[in-house]
Amino acid sequence: MNKLKDTLLKVSNLAVSFDTVDGPIDAVQGINFELKKGQTLAIIGESGSGKSVTASVIMGILSCPPGRIKSGEVFLNNQDILKLSIEKRRKLMGNKIAIIFQDTLAHLNPVFNVGSQIAECFQVHKNLNKKESWNKAIALLERVNIPNARTRAKDFPHQFSGGQRQRVMIAMALALEPDIIIADEPTTALDVTIQAKILDLLAELRDERKMGLILITHDLGVAAETADNVVVLKNGKIVESGTLKTVFTTPKHPYTKQLMSSIPGRTIKSKKNKLNNNSDPILEVKNLTKHYDTIACDDVNFKLYANEILGVVGESGSGKTTVSNLILRLINPSSGNVFYHGKNIFDFDKKELFSFRRRVQVVFQDPFASLNPTMNVYNLISEPWIIHSNFLDKSLYAKRVSELLISVGLDPDDASRYPHQFSGGQRQRIAIARALALNPEIIICDEAVSALDVSIQAQIINLLSDLRDKFSLSYIFIAHDLPVVRDLVDRVIVMKSGKIVEQGFVEDIFNHPNHPYTQDLLKASPSVFNLINR
Amino acid sequence: MKKYLSKRILSSLLAVIGLFIMVFFLARLTGDPGHLYLPIDAPLEVRKEFSEKHGFNDPIYVQFGRFVGDLVNGDLGYSLRKERPAIDVVLEAMPITLSLAAVAMTIALFGAIIIGSLAAYRPNGVFDRISRVVSLTAASAPDFWLAITAILLFSVSLRWLPTSGMGGFPYWIMPVSILVIRPLGLLVQVVRGSMITALSSDFVKTARAKGVKEKSVIFKHALRNGLLPVITVAGDQAAAIANGAVIVETIFGWPGIGKLMIDSILQRDFAVVQASILITAIVILSINIIIDIAYATLDPRIRHK
Repeated sequence: MNKLKDTLLKVSNLAVSFDTVDGPIDAVQGINFELKKGQTLAIIGESGSGKSVTASVIMGILSCPPGRIKSGEVFLNNQDILKLSIEKRRKLMGNKIAIIFQDTLAHLNPVFNVGSQIAECFQVHKNLNKKESWNKAIALLERVNIPNARTRAKDFPHQFSGGQRQRVMIAMALALEPDIIIADEPTTALDVTIQAKILDLLAELRDERKMGLILITHDLGVAAETADNVVVLKNGKIVESGTLKTVFTTPKHPYTKQLMSSIPGRTIKSKKNKLNNNSDPILEVKNLTKHYDTIACDDVNFKLYANEILGVVGESGSGKTTVSNLILRLINPSSGNVFYHGKNIFDFDKKELFSFRRRVQVVFQDPFASLNPTMNVYNLISEPWIIHSNFLDKSLYAKRVSELLISVGLDPDDASRYPHQFSGGQRQRIAIARALALNPEIIICDEAVSALDVSIQAQIINLLSDLRDKFSLSYIFIAHDLPVVRDLVDRVIVMKSGKIVEQGFVEDIFNHPNHPYTQDLLKASPSVFNLINR
Repeated sequence: MKKYLSKRILSSLLAVIGLFIMVFFLARLTGDPGHLYLPIDAPLEVRKEFSEKHGFNDPIYVQFGRFVGDLVNGDLGYSLRKERPAIDVVLEAMPITLSLAAVAMTIALFGAIIIGSLAAYRPNGVFDRISRVVSLTAASAPDFWLAITAILLFSVSLRWLPTSGMGGFPYWIMPVSILVIRPLGLLVQVVRGSMITALSSDFVKTARAKGVKEKSVIFKHALRNGLLPVITVAGDQAAAIANGAVIVETIFGWPGIGKLMIDSILQRDFAVVQASILITAIVILSINIIIDIAYATLDPRIRHK
């Protein structure tokens, strides 16, 4: 009896399909799970696995059409909420069950201040007047640790940082003390130290209010840090479920095993011997400084050697991208120099700059935005040859495009397809093929794997590693994710507020971090293997 | 915000000055007013005296200098036909046009918001399909033709409404309807488009997940965002009503600024042409500034730039 009472939410045999021009697609195929009071259930899966669709069904915000609930029940306090009238359902939403979304800038209404958006919950469900609900909103903002809540309540979503906006979103979900909070990728867009704080806050609130928490994530580290039970979704089906420890330590399904093995940062290989630091560096950054209204990059010094992978780690606003833009000579520095084979790139004449552009290539974070949607793969990859017209004879384009596609693990037939026909990971492969087209010496990867799912991340990282050996490349690998860097790079630079706080070999930095900030970063980045043994 | 606004006002002023110079010289291209105001057989001395009196004999740059000098003193010249200061004539006609335009614009805007939002709520639903056909027809209907057809139908054949002139409520029906049709048709399409975008936004999902009532989801959360592009087009349309007023007022015999402009051009009443264009330009530029303020009020992201 007691057991039954503790069950807050029970989803049974839920199946959802989407009607598309090519016929219906089954997004969720008969899934079952249960959430108990005071517990956290992590739903793990990659994009397209049906985890967010499940959340939309529970919250009653699935767009129908094209979505269609084919079968299943969702019991909230032993009542099937899918069978309720629209009005009865509406009274539960935000009241008994609330949701926290990932992209807070899009999910908060841009034209209303945050206080009124939180206060609206009380006006809708409790009929409180404006003043009472406003005061309650301020109390909530204080509870989620927004400084100066009384004045900040009048500010609009765009005036908050990403972490603060997520706190606002949490305050809104908490407003009516719901029994259940669904957090849909709540920390994906955030820096690691902020992610840790948000996850702590959620766990704290769960314990304080005896809520049930459903955490939807593709990040195994996040799941390991917070969950009691785990459900692993793939292609709309549950492939494995159980307690966190069982699933993570003794995975049974091949997919779960593959997920666990692709978690970055399991081992640190020593790379000290591999490098030959006696030779001259190919790139040397000296006292590089860039001021905007604030200091974006302050007295940065480092060297990049041939065939080396250099990791640059830091949170958003730490100046990583400014450094990359300076090295690419997309912007000019306020002071300082960058020497490429001993020559300052900011003194290059037109001809030298042109050949420098050929030798240094870049792969960006968002493969959805960085590939022109109106060009097919052949045109995307061959475009650099049209610009650098004496690099390759036109008759050889097709052959070379095929070779490049093969070397990044794609099919030569893909050349005639367009970017939207590829998945995120495949698109990043196209972007890499394009970067390789001009036989570069250095490739700058600006958060090149941050937008990808873990297993895809691992594939791209392996690819980058293979390509380095094959084409003797050097990389500057910019990331905010420490475990990823640990697997790939030889040396690491840690940046904070435009300054380098620490640099050294990867094993030294990870095993014996000197600077307090590096220590914080390491602590904040959830390590799956330490956590499940807690 | 203040800086933004003062910049806008300054550039508007420059536009008025430029427009004004153009109008002054263009008006002089219409010919010698003496030909119109004096009898055909008027002797040469009389013509000379007339030109002398009104300064039409002076070289054009002297006339322009005098005109600018007067303008600085707030004098917009003297109407030849009405024999009163031009500015008085214009200020008498302006409120008539403004009230006609205000009524028309209010109906068009609110009508468009309601029809467009309902159409956007279920894209490709029955209501949406009907409103799309009707709004497209309305947006492309020529107003002079509509006006004449309406007079034929409602005044001449059915004898329901007065053919022309200004008076009580029945006199307003046709001119206002004709002025409403085009902006309404256009605005319905703009509202529909921007509301479809707004209703499929993520923040609408958040509102629904909060348990906000559907009516409030549409008319509070989505509409406030959906209105932003509508305001831009509505401002444009408000200015375009000044054009429409010329036709509608002429056809329906309304003593507004549109009719005044046409009459004064035909009568080579230069002072009135200049004054009416100046005042109209100021009104249109004020509308634009009001639009900017409305935009910034509705969208905090612009306010904080």
